[in-house]
Amino acid sequence: MRLSCHVNGERRCADGVRARESLLFVLRERMGLPGSKNACEQGECGSCTVYLDGVPVCACLVPAGQARDRQVVTVEGLGDDGGLDLVQEAFVEAGAVQCGFCTPGFVVAAHDLVRRGYAPTEEEIREALAGNLCRCTGYEKIIDAVKLAASRWWARSG
Amino acid sequence: MDYLQPASWAEALALRAQRPDAVPVAGGTDVMVGLNFDRHRPAALLDLSRLRELTGWERDGDHVRLGAAEPYTRIVQRLRDPLPALAQASRTVGSPQIRNRGSVGGNLGSASPAGDAHPPLLAAGATVEAASVRGTRLIPAAEFFTGVKANALAPDELIAAVRVPVARGPQRFAKIGTRNAMVIAVCSFAVALDLAGRRVGTGVGSAAPTPRRATAAEEFAAGELEAAGLWDSRGPLPGSLARRFGQLVADAASPVDDVRGTAAYRRHALSVIARRTLTWAWAELRKETSGCGCHAM
Repeated sequence: MRLSCHVNGERRCADGVRARESLLFVLRERMGLPGSKNACEQGECGSCTVYLDGVPVCACLVPAGQARDRQVVTVEGLGDDGGLDLVQEAFVEAGAVQCGFCTPGFVVAAHDLVRRGYAPTEEEIREALAGNLCRCTGYEKIIDAVKLAASRWWARSG
Repeated sequence: MDYLQPASWAEALALRAQRPDAVPVAGGTDVMVGLNFDRHRPAALLDLSRLRELTGWERDGDHVRLGAAEPYTRIVQRLRDPLPALAQASRTVGSPQIRNRGSVGGNLGSASPAGDAHPPLLAAGATVEAASVRGTRLIPAAEFFTGVKANALAPDELIAAVRVPVARGPQRFAKIGTRNAMVIAVCSFAVALDLAGRRVGTGVGSAAPTPRRATAAEEFAAGELEAAGLWDSRGPLPGSLARRFGQLVADAASPVDDVRGTAAYRRHALSVIARRTLTWAWAELRKETSGCGCHAM
C-alpha cells in the first residue's frame, strides 16, 4: 500500500508498505530517518519513541497504516533549522550520552515531559522515562539533563 | 496480509463479519509484538484506530461506559474517582508510551491471564459490550475469559466498550513485579468494597489459566463484616478477617511455575496482597467516615 503522512512538518509518501510493517520500519528504511532506533521491537526499551499526533509512542508498535494522514515528529524534527532542540542541548551539556543508542528515544520522551513547562521532581522524571532503557546505565546524567532542560524551558517561556 | 482500515463502526462490523481471519488492532502494543517477532501471520489486520466510537467514556446512570480503545493514560487521568481500581491498575501498565496506546479493549481481546485491567473489572462486576452485525450483547467479565488467551467473543464480534459500575466504596489494586514499570504481573489482585450492596468484589490476575474472582473470599469477607456489624459501625478491620481473606484468595488461585515466579510464590504473594488491599480499602473507608476528606493512596 501507499502510505502518506506528515513527518517532521513535511508531507511524506512511501510506496509498497506491507500491512505488517511498523511505523519505525517505514521511518528508518523507507523515509531515510534513522534517528529513531530499532532495538527490542516489543515496546520494552523506548529507543524508537516518536510523537504521533503529539503523543509519545513506541514506533515499533504502531502499524504503519495507522500513521496515514497523521502527524509524526521524530528526534530529527525536534530542533529548528537543523539546530539542536533545548532538550538535545541539555543532553550534550550534561554528558547524558554514552554509546548514544538509547539517546533519541530518551530525548523524545524527555521532551514530552519538559514541554509541560514545570520543574519535575526526580520521581516524576524517573516515572516519565520508565519506558526507556539505557544499557550503559547512564541514568544519573540523563536525569541531570532533564532537570537542566526543564529549568531552561521554564526560563525561556517564563 | 491485507490491511483493512474501516472509516466507521458499521464498516468495521461488516468487515469483521466478512473477515473473521483478521486480527483487530488498535494501540498495537500486543498485536505488533507478535508480528515483529513473526509469531503470528494473520491473513489481515483490522485497524480500529480511526473509529471515534471506540474512544472516550460516558457516565451512563450508575455505570461508566468506557470505549474499548480509550488509552490507559486517559483512564489514569480522568477516571480515578468513578473507577479507582481500574485507574490504579492502568497506572501500572507498561510505560508512558505503552499507556498512551494500550487500552482495556485490547487487554480483553488478548485475554492474557496477566492482563492488568482484568482484576479490577472482575472486582467491580463489569460487563463487556460485544458488537457484531447481528447486534450487541453484554458479557459479564466473570464469563468473558474462557481459557489461556481465549475469550467469549464470537468470530464476528468486536469489543465496543466495557461497562463498569461506578465505585460504591473504596477499591484497591496491587501487582507483584520486579520493578514499577514494564512489568508483566507475577500476580495481581483487586478488591472493591460495595457499601450500598454490602458486598466485597475480587479479581485475581496471573495466578490461573484465566483471570478469576475469588468467590469464597468475597462471601467470607462480606459475611464476617455483616456479622460483626462493621458495614454500619465501620470499626477497625479485625486482622484475623484480613488474613483469612488473604488465604481464601490464595486458595482460589491455580498458579503454575514459570519464568516470572513459582506457583508457591504466587500463592503466598496473593495472600499477602489480598490481605493488604482489603486492609487499605477498609482504612480508606474509615478515613472517609471520620471526615478528614483525604484520599490516601
